[in-house]
Amino acid sequence: MKRHVFTGIAVLALTGAALTAETQINGAGATFPNPIYTKWFSEYNKLHPDARINYQSVGSGAGIQQMIKKTVFFGATDGPMTDEQLQSAPGKILHFPTVLGAVVPVYNVPGVSQELKFNGEVLANIILGKVTKWNDPAIAKLNAGVNLPSTDVTVVHRSDGSGTTYIFVDYLSKVSPEFKKTVGVATSVKWPVGVGGKGNEGVAGLVSQTPGSIGYVELIYALQTRIAYGQVQNMNGKFVKASTAAVTAAASAAPSKMPSDFRVSITNAPGDDVYPISSFTWLLLYQDAQDKTQAKVMVEFMKWALTDGQKYAPDLGYAPVPTPVVDMEMKALGQIKTQ
Amino acid sequence: MSRSRARPDEILFRAGTGLFAALMIALVAAIAFELYRQSKLSIHEFGWQFWQTDNWDPVAGEFGARPFIWGTLYSSILALIISTPIALGIAVFISELAPARVRLPLVFLTELLAAIPSIVYGVWGVFVLVPLVRQLEVNTPEWLKVVPLFKGPPLGVGMLSAAIILSIMVIPFTSSIAREVLRAVPQAQREAAYALGATRWEAIRMALFYARTGIIGAVMLGFGRALGETMAVTMVIGNTPQVTLSLYAPQYTMAAVIANEFSEAAQELYLHALVEIGLVLFVITLVINTMSRGLIWSLGRQKKPRRIKRMISTAAAGSA
Repeated sequence: MKRHVFTGIAVLALTGAALTAETQINGAGATFPNPIYTKWFSEYNKLHPDARINYQSVGSGAGIQQMIKKTVFFGATDGPMTDEQLQSAPGKILHFPTVLGAVVPVYNVPGVSQELKFNGEVLANIILGKVTKWNDPAIAKLNAGVNLPSTDVTVVHRSDGSGTTYIFVDYLSKVSPEFKKTVGVATSVKWPVGVGGKGNEGVAGLVSQTPGSIGYVELIYALQTRIAYGQVQNMNGKFVKASTAAVTAAASAAPSKMPSDFRVSITNAPGDDVYPISSFTWLLLYQDAQDKTQAKVMVEFMKWALTDGQKYAPDLGYAPVPTPVVDMEMKALGQIKTQ
Repeated sequence: MSRSRARPDEILFRAGTGLFAALMIALVAAIAFELYRQSKLSIHEFGWQFWQTDNWDPVAGEFGARPFIWGTLYSSILALIISTPIALGIAVFISELAPARVRLPLVFLTELLAAIPSIVYGVWGVFVLVPLVRQLEVNTPEWLKVVPLFKGPPLGVGMLSAAIILSIMVIPFTSSIAREVLRAVPQAQREAAYALGATRWEAIRMALFYARTGIIGAVMLGFGRALGETMAVTMVIGNTPQVTLSLYAPQYTMAAVIANEFSEAAQELYLHALVEIGLVLFVITLVINTMSRGLIWSLGRQKKPRRIKRMISTAAAGSA
């Protein structure tokens, strides 16, 4: 009996020793990149069993808060931190774009089976409640040949604060000065009209049930659930249907204007193949973190995620970061103090 | 036996249970204090305006809770109006009328309703209730749409769906307690009523009157549950902050806005405004519980057998 107890203690001590050799890193933030982050952390753990990275998808806002309070080692957000937030942090925080996502318009118009076309102005006016019928001349002009009904437009938006909302209203604010003035850009906004659904599934559910409705969901969600979504006219006047390639194209134009801290909005980017409602999602790291072991592991992980890791992106519905941006990020990772 | 000779284990027992009771009070006080501490910015910025204004604009940093307070109270009151007669009907049937072999399954089923998680109610609401309500709204006759209660586009999601789903969730709570309260009415009371030539209905009315304070306690417990319900409500209410009588209009509740916006609220003032909504909900629940306690107290001043009084206080404690 006694011997068993001793063996037990010995085993415990040994596993305890094994655990100390492992580096545990905790992060929290955006829900939008959660599927790929989870994939990355598990794949990376297979390659480097001593690196265990945990991620909690609590939302961008909560991720930023926890980052500022230093309760997590890294954060993640769909909208870059504001200057005010950066100043309130106890150290310098760096942004790293990890993948790209896009937001697509979904609709339910009785009698219309064709793919509808939208432009920024029409979308903004619909969301503002100024376009109230589906056969409004503004919509009809973009969709020649489509027999649009006189059904009332019902706007469906996200009720929960969300990076998806951030990307969508960021785009609308760029294309419509009136939208920028009356609504503005944030993860939760004051909607002039419409009803709120919780999560992508809530919005998609309401849209599919409500005749005459229009809403917006993440591209990944639309691809996975195979719901129909519309084309959006880009800055060059071309109508583009969202795809991972069209989203990467949006980021390809970015390097020339990329600020050194990577806090850049790429909605409504120029280029023929560009899908205009696209955005980066960012991972947040302290430049001078207290725990240098964790910092070192995290830098190694980031180098892997931005190169080998990118191959997992398209399958999960994300667009990979274009190579010139990756090169810039590799340089920026060098700023992080690992000893 | 005199007090001074109380045994030590009794003293210990008294102290132990007293400590637990004190812990309860400390917990409530701690919650209130923490809610206040975390909403200070918003309280100082908006003051009483917070209760009176409609503007909820996270971008501009302007926050007013009136539509959320309205939505919470309106949906809960509507839920009570729908659920109370049904719940009392169930309670009366089970305790007074049902044959024994129907009684047990009925008790079991109503209590099963209470055990269903609210997210399940929400999903059922989205896929079953909301389309039904939309059909109802689409088929509203024109002359009825003049009434403010029935104005608005037929969306399906909105106050009506929320009130119906809340009432379904509240029924098992109200009916279970009302049933127990009715069972506590002494058999002698009923026999006396029959002896005086009362019909069955008159005897039941007498029992209901006898148990009225306990039944009010049961209804208030349901009200408390409706006030705080979050998940199922946010899935069917439409989440649009506006103050309107319309049953068809999408509206919003306090619990729902906290659940929806808390995780993405990054600005300090925004967070404090959301916590202040929690504080407002806390205060409103407190006021309503105090009021119902007062009602029960004023009704219960007539003389009454011990057993009923105990039932009443249990029911009231449950709703607090």
